[in-house]
Amino acid sequence: MATNRIDGKKRTVLSVLATLLMILFAVFAMIPFAFMFMSSLKPGTEMMRYGLTLKFDPGISSFQNYTALDTYRDGVYWHWYKSSAIIMVLQTVIGLAFSSLVGYGLAMYNFRGRNLIFTLVLIVMMLPFEILLLPMYQMMIRAKMMNSYFGVIIPYLVPPFMIFFFRQYSLGIPKELMEAGRIDGCSDFGIFRRIMLPIMIPAFGAMTILSCMNSWNNLLWPMIILQTEKMHTIPIGMGTTITPYGNAYDVLMPGAVMAVVPIIIIYLFAQKTFIKGLTAGSVKG
Amino acid sequence: MIRRLKNYLTGPKGVPYLFVAPFIIFFLLVYLYPLIMTIIMSFQQIDGPNHHDFIGLKNYMKLNTRDFNMALQTSGRYAVWDVIVLTIIPLLVACVLHSGLAKASNFFKSLFFIPSLTSIIVAGIVFRLAFGTLETATVNRALTFFGLQPVKWLSYAGPGNFVLILLTLWRWNGVNIVYYLSGLQAIPTDHYEAAQIDGANAWQKFIHVTLPGIRPVLIYVITITVLGGFSMFTESVALWQQNNAGGVGRTIVGYMYMVGFKKNNLGLASAVGLVLLGLVVAVNLIQLVLMGFFRKED
Repeated sequence: MATNRIDGKKRTVLSVLATLLMILFAVFAMIPFAFMFMSSLKPGTEMMRYGLTLKFDPGISSFQNYTALDTYRDGVYWHWYKSSAIIMVLQTVIGLAFSSLVGYGLAMYNFRGRNLIFTLVLIVMMLPFEILLLPMYQMMIRAKMMNSYFGVIIPYLVPPFMIFFFRQYSLGIPKELMEAGRIDGCSDFGIFRRIMLPIMIPAFGAMTILSCMNSWNNLLWPMIILQTEKMHTIPIGMGTTITPYGNAYDVLMPGAVMAVVPIIIIYLFAQKTFIKGLTAGSVKG
Repeated sequence: MIRRLKNYLTGPKGVPYLFVAPFIIFFLLVYLYPLIMTIIMSFQQIDGPNHHDFIGLKNYMKLNTRDFNMALQTSGRYAVWDVIVLTIIPLLVACVLHSGLAKASNFFKSLFFIPSLTSIIVAGIVFRLAFGTLETATVNRALTFFGLQPVKWLSYAGPGNFVLILLTLWRWNGVNIVYYLSGLQAIPTDHYEAAQIDGANAWQKFIHVTLPGIRPVLIYVITITVLGGFSMFTESVALWQQNNAGGVGRTIVGYMYMVGFKKNNLGLASAVGLVLLGLVVAVNLIQLVLMGFFRKED
């Protein structure tokens, strides 16, 4: 707050304290990554004996462990990787397409039942999704969708939190743009595709990252649906096959590092759009 | 007939319904039908897909066990601390970032979000190993270095909950910071100026300008944190896997998973699910009333 008239000296002290506090949180955020990476370079036996350390020992540290990922159980890790990636892409593309349509429709049109539908979106957002999994599991068995990627993404086809977000974002778009499109002879979907989509790009950026995060992290439902080891995703594999309780210490840490790297790279490229998009469509009542 | 339907749906009255149709279908199939089924199943004994027998409230009676009570306690304890820690700490960080007092605020903003990009299971491996039971585990080594006693972190409910909350804070801090920042940016600066003229100090400004300004965001954050707290599962799997000695760390959803999918008792698991639903709805309603969500805007 530039309007605060705190005298210079006091402000300097506060500034130093604030920066120190931020550095403290930054260290907290980053230190697990440091442990993860340093440990991934050491043989598993080393970690069993000394636990996690940040020490770098040129004698024993190498990228040797990363090649063990290829040989561990005939390279099953990369199958998990593939599953996670396919599910992430499918879930994100379909989820964005549907929920942007619904969110936009709720914000831009006045129609009977609109408030009811929006209320349903809000109620559904506050429901613990986990309680629906048992009947859904039976539905999946009957629909013969067990052990398939499509079975995994079914509950995430039209995510309510994304509808909510796209609605909030669309509320900020001037309705005159729609009228202008109509005068130019665009159909309603034409207006959405040609005029609104470009305006909503920051919202799509933010939701892409959130959707990828959710999908990449999802454990319970994929664990119920995907039954063969090769179909598993990274969280299932790292949670049930290679675990800190198992004896696959050589592949544990390289596996963790490889699971973290791609999504961070995506983020580093998209973070400006992401933070802007997320804060622009803010939660307003 | 088909042409008339088509005309209606592409006309000004029908088009909005086409836009929201995906949600309506999705709501009926993925939310409403399963919800009704869960309620019905909770009153049934289910042996195989075609053997459903109504048994009244027996499933609910069977919940009075030590294991389920422990799960309730684990989730309850976690939810309380989750709400406290994940409401206050991100708010503090967001206020500092928003004030512009700290150097390189934008850099920190981006950096704080990075842990949220990881899978909890994967990041949990580091926490699980760092808070190992052995004296050579990282945190215990640090404790002994400072002359303190090593702790069997994951063997008891209390210290176990501490590690859970730490993992949760690490993973979700950045997300809540972004939510709060969006709320803080929406507060007009002249509100602060007016408070300044009235002679308010920093704390008074926080209480009378900042907090009311971010109330919608605050309500949102608390609501999803209550929901996430009571239905937590992945974090506990990350630290204990699914079958832990004595049930330390097993949550309500963990118990539901064990009963429903490991022991194949879908009826009992549905009853567990409805208890969870009741808890979340009750706590959130109380919270929303206390926060004045249903009060007419002034």
